[in-house]
Amino acid sequence: MTEKIGVYVCHCGSNIAGVVDVAEVARWAGQLPGVVVARDYKFMCSSPGQELIQKDIQEMGLTRVVVASCSPHLHEKTFRGACARAGLNPYLFEMANIREQDSWVTSDKTEATKKAKALVAAAVSRVAHQEALEALLVPIDPNVLVVGGGITGIQAALEIADAGDHVYLVEREPSIGGHMAQFDKTFPTLDCSACILTPKMVSAGNHKNITLLTWSEVENVSGYVGNFTVTIRKKARYVDEAICTGCGVCQEKCPKKVVDDVFEVGMARRKAIYTPFPQAVPNYPVIDRPNCTFFLKGTCKACEKFCPTGAIKFDQQDEILTVKVGNIILATGYDLFDARRIPQYGYGKLANVFTSLEFERMSNAAGPTGGRIFLRDGVTVPKSVGIVHCVGSRDQNYNAYCSAICCMQSLKFAHLVREKTGAEVYEFYIDIRTPGKGYEEFYQRLLEEGTHFVRGKVAEVTNVARVPEEEDRLIIQVEDTLIGKQRRIPVDMVILSAGLQARKDSKEVAKLFGIACSADQWFIEKHPKLDPVATMTDGVLVAGACQGPKDIPASVAQGSAAAARVLSIIGQEEIEIEAATAIVDEETCVGCQQCIASCPYQAIVYLEDKGKAYVNEALCKGCGTCVGTCLPKCISLKHFTDEQLVSEMIGAMWAMNQFETEALEVA
Amino acid sequence: MAEPKIIGFLCNWCSYRGADTAGMARLKYPPNVKIVRVPCSGRISPELVLRTFRAGADGVLVLGCHIGDCHYTSGNHRTAKRMPVLKKLLEYTGVEPQRLRVEWVSAAEGEKFATVVREFTETIRALPPFMETMQGREQGARKQRSGEKGQGEKGQAVKEAAWTSA
Repeated sequence: MTEKIGVYVCHCGSNIAGVVDVAEVARWAGQLPGVVVARDYKFMCSSPGQELIQKDIQEMGLTRVVVASCSPHLHEKTFRGACARAGLNPYLFEMANIREQDSWVTSDKTEATKKAKALVAAAVSRVAHQEALEALLVPIDPNVLVVGGGITGIQAALEIADAGDHVYLVEREPSIGGHMAQFDKTFPTLDCSACILTPKMVSAGNHKNITLLTWSEVENVSGYVGNFTVTIRKKARYVDEAICTGCGVCQEKCPKKVVDDVFEVGMARRKAIYTPFPQAVPNYPVIDRPNCTFFLKGTCKACEKFCPTGAIKFDQQDEILTVKVGNIILATGYDLFDARRIPQYGYGKLANVFTSLEFERMSNAAGPTGGRIFLRDGVTVPKSVGIVHCVGSRDQNYNAYCSAICCMQSLKFAHLVREKTGAEVYEFYIDIRTPGKGYEEFYQRLLEEGTHFVRGKVAEVTNVARVPEEEDRLIIQVEDTLIGKQRRIPVDMVILSAGLQARKDSKEVAKLFGIACSADQWFIEKHPKLDPVATMTDGVLVAGACQGPKDIPASVAQGSAAAARVLSIIGQEEIEIEAATAIVDEETCVGCQQCIASCPYQAIVYLEDKGKAYVNEALCKGCGTCVGTCLPKCISLKHFTDEQLVSEMIGAMWAMNQFETEALEVA
Repeated sequence: MAEPKIIGFLCNWCSYRGADTAGMARLKYPPNVKIVRVPCSGRISPELVLRTFRAGADGVLVLGCHIGDCHYTSGNHRTAKRMPVLKKLLEYTGVEPQRLRVEWVSAAEGEKFATVVREFTETIRALPPFMETMQGREQGARKQRSGEKGQGEKGQAVKEAAWTSA
């Protein structure tokens, strides 16, 4: 044994020393093979504690360091830093967790001390086999891809573009704006959604550092943080963006009307050549190919005839763009829960049952009714309206989670209905949840305005009358849990406050970008509290409602947060890639390619010429699944080699066997 | 009766953190399990488990992220397929399959971790020490072989638990 190992046993005040005999552990560790110094100290993580290690490394020429203290998740970085400062490669350090996994969980002091010894023995045994590793540095491409042009994506794109880096903002629909562009007013301030969103859309559209790619979708992503190559399909608009002035004559002249079930959620019609809404950015129209008379029948071309600049190009093809970016922000938003899935609420069967998004469009001054609230017949003003909360949310049959925005949205609806029609409004809720700045105040305001609040989950919305006053109305059957009675409340209109759910293709999108989805299909962040916009895939960030239900302020905050994270990565110019990566032994590799099949990151490639596997270190995340798969053991994971893991295990076993022999001798 | 010697291979992201969570909640459990941290349960080759038994472990615990929650997306899918096969192999060679236990423990499941450790320690405590079983089996096998063929191969001593043999 040529290594000089230093062992440091931490008291952690009384956290460890109160249970484990730390002095005895240090004494015992001192006689382990290779250990030249073993000390115990009150707080190893403190500056004097770290200096103790540094001093020993420098003065005694330690080649390996073991600290027995808390979890490596807490202080591995701290002690690695101390080693590095003293000139010892940080990968020559090992930690024994004698707090979380010993002193805090073991009642018997003798047993706890024994366990601490075994854990120290394991670490000492392992550390002798550890190797110095250097983290790989890769340059960062300063360009950024933002996927999704809703308010979150716009915010992120603007922040990055303003900082001087280039952004490709990709949006699937013909215009950016997302759901927010569909809304009427925003809670709790009731400022108009378009008034605050449009300026941002225009800024994004005009920004010299933003390449806006609407009517486009990402098709392929390869590479790793700092160096992604992204393929984007720019779908044919059949309109030459370079020539089109956005005058709108084509839309006027187009003879074909189509129900707009995307932006107007089926509430209005648009033409076969259209921009989704007047303030669309960019303002170039798109020809809806499946509905265009020319594409269907070969004649028409009205738009082409009337276009003053000759911008209509029926022969336009999809374009495939390849861009290089260093970071990717996913801001792909949400889908509205399909209220048809709850048949007892009657949506789709009973005409005057509306979804929240339908109501938003109706209430919007630029919407199908010019902002007036009518029943489905388009003329009758409702005298009473029921708003049903938690449609598809907080329901084990649909989505168990709370959609976070529906309470406030429903309160906003109640206010708008009363303001515009003077109707009686009933809110049917399970709990009112208003955790946000000014939200509770808004709720109080609604209470004072005279909205009726009925606490109970609606059982049914029906048009089957039992008494004459229910005739020709919608009856809401509900258990009012505050008075403990079943109630039937007749209304003219029902608004279903449908919850939010993950995009129906979120799983495929997650796969495309190499990130994970939760059971509810939302994208998973790196840490729910401390790293909410990063993901487990470096360089891919998530923001807004694609990560979980969120209102506008939270989405915007996340857009900015993701932008800040990206800018901090760009600012580093180079990024360290995990040094604990897999490596193939070319001598022994038989080229069976089992490892390639097992790799979750496509980090292993097959070298045809050599007939061997090869690991791209920059792509490898160091999981070691390939190592577990390789039968002839030709691939190994640095810092978690078989030798290192086995010696750790052997160290623990050796100690346990020792204690057993001692116990036998005593007996 | 000797205390069971158990090695736990825990993935870094879910189960090791789950064990930390148990610690932070000061949940008490027997000290028999010594934890070896691996990046992902997918890193645990069957050989690693076998070498642990050969070193004299009475039980091996393999803990990883829940399916769908793997930090590395799908590393634990391999574990889920690999470990049941290994259990069958153990059973085939005469090792009680309950000596190997595979569980999914998330970072939040400190309680589950403690329960698994308590249960597993009891399971192992109810079994004879692994080395005894193996020696018994080898003697049996030797007798059988000498009875059949009149000559016996030398039973390989199955002890790797010397400090330097790693």
